[in-house]
Amino acid sequence: MIATGVAPAAWPRPQPLEERLLHVDPARGTLRDVRVIELPELLKPGDVLVVNDAATLPASLPARVNGVGAEIRLLEDLGGGEWRAVLFGPGDWRIRTESRPPPPRVSEGELLVVAGLDARVTQVSPLSPRLVQLGFHASPDAFWNAVYRRGRPVQYAHLAEELPLWHVQTSYAGRPWAMEMPSAGRPLRWSLLLKLRRQGVLVVPLTHAAGLSSTGDAELDRALPLAEQFEIPRAAAEAIAAAKRSGGRVVAVGTTVVRALEGSFAQHGRLLASAGRTDLRIGPRFRPKVVDGLLTGIHEPGTSHFELAQAFAGADLLHRALAHAAAQGYLSHEFGDSMLLLGGKG
Amino acid sequence: MELKGIGALVTGASSGLGEALSRQLARSGARVAMVARGEARLMAAVERIRAEGGEVHAIPGDLGRQEDIHRIGGAAAALVGPVSLLVNNASTLGPVPLQPLLDTECEELERALAVNLVGPFRLAKLVAGAMALRGLGVVVNVTSDASVNAYERWGAYGASKAALDQLTRIWAAELEGTGVRMLAIDPGEMDTPMHAEAMPDADRSALPSAVSQAERLLAVIRRAEHWPSGARIELTKEVLR
Repeated sequence: MIATGVAPAAWPRPQPLEERLLHVDPARGTLRDVRVIELPELLKPGDVLVVNDAATLPASLPARVNGVGAEIRLLEDLGGGEWRAVLFGPGDWRIRTESRPPPPRVSEGELLVVAGLDARVTQVSPLSPRLVQLGFHASPDAFWNAVYRRGRPVQYAHLAEELPLWHVQTSYAGRPWAMEMPSAGRPLRWSLLLKLRRQGVLVVPLTHAAGLSSTGDAELDRALPLAEQFEIPRAAAEAIAAAKRSGGRVVAVGTTVVRALEGSFAQHGRLLASAGRTDLRIGPRFRPKVVDGLLTGIHEPGTSHFELAQAFAGADLLHRALAHAAAQGYLSHEFGDSMLLLGGKG
Repeated sequence: MELKGIGALVTGASSGLGEALSRQLARSGARVAMVARGEARLMAAVERIRAEGGEVHAIPGDLGRQEDIHRIGGAAAALVGPVSLLVNNASTLGPVPLQPLLDTECEELERALAVNLVGPFRLAKLVAGAMALRGLGVVVNVTSDASVNAYERWGAYGASKAALDQLTRIWAAELEGTGVRMLAIDPGEMDTPMHAEAMPDADRSALPSAVSQAERLLAVIRRAEHWPSGARIELTKEVLR
């Protein structure tokens, strides 16, 4: 990562609606400082706000490998008790991920104890020895009760303390599909969502299984995000189609929403109510077919989020926005401030 | 509401009304997450319903503990899918045997409020956001005639249920137009372990069974849109057929 001088937020702040929002208008090339509570003024009737309603599961699980303590972070639910997961070495989130000692090597067929449950290593990825597939020997009830009893939210070294599970949920979270919080929606309180609805802005959900943002293995990190599962319900597909017909704008809340919508479009040639997996990579040369604007965090150059943002605003404008955010004291990361990349009439 | 295929979450599900309702929801094709404090009794109730072919799941947890709420809600949504029906049925009486307020310990009142009021609030807060975005959901808060009548010795329980009734009405006012319905339902006196605990000398044969009250409760849930959201419904008085 290239440091931009935007400091990370070390803990959730008490008034999410008072957090800062940088409106970046790619059409005009302008920057404007507002607060999250002013978001309704930047949207107009007929616009659609699409959110990811995935809840965040406690994906960091204590494990024993050959009797030695380790950490497993769940990455993807493959169904039938099979999970893709990443092994981490000794230590915990307080140590920077890339500075942690490598995890113990495991081989296919090996039996691990994860969250107190037996789990067989069914595959070791050719991408990285720490990326494995695990088969849990447990009923769904036993698996989920163990995960919720023994697991902790995935977190990183910029945070001050250990996070309770409620700090990593949005106010509309449903099924626990996300390994890390879909954090762009974190400041959206219900008073704001209800106000947007009254104003004629549709707020619709999809579900996208956000994976991990960092594994400590540089080569594996470059391959992230891996394929992720999504589900676009009929209501979202219809609201988006209606907006497209009537000149409304589709604003994605978070990069996971962009991946789901554009990934589904790429698979079907149009936007359908659909479920599937997508490994679509979105960068500067990508032309979005569905999404017109993006509400997201303050992301550093060199991250996949920054790459994706360039599909909505040029690199020059984004660098200018980051320099401005740094100078104005904006905060970054999951509990930080927000940025809205959206052009056209507000 | 159509019950087939929906995800339901029922608390206090290991016995009495909660178990009977879970069984009937499962028979109607709902996928039911059953929550209760005692793991062994919960597992036994789950096994009885599974033996009939119903899809039910066991989630041990205590509604009175903050750290259990997200575990319960998370595991439930993982096991049954988006929760479209929440039945806040778990309750505690407060001091047993029942005591006048002057003999009720402050901690006993706090515990009654934690289980009967704050727990249902936390669970509703956890599921109602996703319900509102999807435009579909019913939350049932099981209440009691002790919420409207000043029965001696029912202070902790009655005060907690009165507050739960008012919470239901305010939830309903705030969520008007979102498709989420909030109902306070009073099943009346019935033959359950809790009733036996409160009134050990009562003639049990004179009481309606938990099964018959669960049938009535299910009928109300099926036709939830016939009542205004926020309504307080007495199963003893309502004409259901």
